[in-house]
Amino acid sequence: MVNLKALILAAWRLVVRFWRTISRPSAYLPLGFLTLGGFICGVIFWGGFNTALEITNTEKFCTSCHEMRDNVYQELQQTVHFTNRSGVRATCPDCHVPHQWTDKIARKMQASKEVWGKIFGTISTREKFLDMRLTLAKHEWARLEANDSLECRNCHSSVAMDFTKQTRRAADIHSRYLLTGQRTCIDCHKGIAHQLPDMTGVEPGWKEAPELQGKDQTSLHLADQLRAYTASLP
Amino acid sequence: MRGQDRPRLSALSLLMIVVAACAGSSLAVIGAGSQEAAPVTLVPRLTGTADPMAQNSIPPLDRPIVDDMRRMRNYPEQPPIIPHSIDGYQLTLNANRCLECHKREFTEGSGAPMISVTHFQDRDGQVLADVTPRRYFCTECHVQQTDARPLVPNNFVDADDVGRKK
Repeated sequence: MVNLKALILAAWRLVVRFWRTISRPSAYLPLGFLTLGGFICGVIFWGGFNTALEITNTEKFCTSCHEMRDNVYQELQQTVHFTNRSGVRATCPDCHVPHQWTDKIARKMQASKEVWGKIFGTISTREKFLDMRLTLAKHEWARLEANDSLECRNCHSSVAMDFTKQTRRAADIHSRYLLTGQRTCIDCHKGIAHQLPDMTGVEPGWKEAPELQGKDQTSLHLADQLRAYTASLP
Repeated sequence: MRGQDRPRLSALSLLMIVVAACAGSSLAVIGAGSQEAAPVTLVPRLTGTADPMAQNSIPPLDRPIVDDMRRMRNYPEQPPIIPHSIDGYQLTLNANRCLECHKREFTEGSGAPMISVTHFQDRDGQVLADVTPRRYFCTECHVQQTDARPLVPNNFVDADDVGRKK
């Protein structure tokens, strides 16, 4: 106890001494050196920081851990986001890290929890990963629901969607739920890039709200009505 | 006991056996000759190259039918076919993408036909509240259709038309 008190006191003295030193004007170094040096150091520091950030934002970095490489990365390779007819590939950070700087930094700070998990082997085996999968997936779904599926919309925007090129079913559902803003991408498109956890109790986005179930919803099926009407015309 | 009263080979019967063996072998020789004259015709393989080890050029995959139109069943017990694409649909122990639309609770929102009532009965005929485990894996019976050309001609006749003169 006495030791601890002495240690804290010593640390405090150090802080005070440091503050006294930096709060006084420099007696030996010229102002030009300090400002220019500060600027150059700032550039180097900022550049280095951003470069490091960019490195952590690559698929190579993500899959350098066996947790990611052996589980989710293997699953991604089977999906349309990895190989497809047009050759556009979504890598890990495209979907899991926001592109905007502020959001990105916020996500990176959150990711320090993942470093903790890595150090303590939270999902170090396949079994541990499968047990955690629902929790982890729910985090990701909640994040995408909260930001209105921002990472999906970085590539797929609803204004650029040609509904006539979609199947009628897809166009119907998109105009009913997506355009009206009732639902966001992740509500319906879960498990598009990885295998799903146990989905018992996780309901699809098109499930009618409990208060609407069984109610007459003819207004929602206007298109069908219109089609029936035009067909009945002589 | 077995073989106790086996008849002894007489000289005559021995002679007969020798004659028969000679005749048999000469017949076999003639048979081989006739086989060479008329080569065996093999039915051509339906898939792959004639030479089993040859490199084959893979034809492009056929396109699935995605028009969402319900198809008539060819016979009453036929499981209805899937008239939409099921690429990337997860049908595992954890998730069943088919039931996310075709389950009773979800049909109102999805507009998909509900799985038939037979799918709620377990093998003892007990009606359950949800799909019975033996019907869980949809693609065991329900299949997607593609625009592929049939490999062999099909002589299927609808039960309605059997015995009817056209």
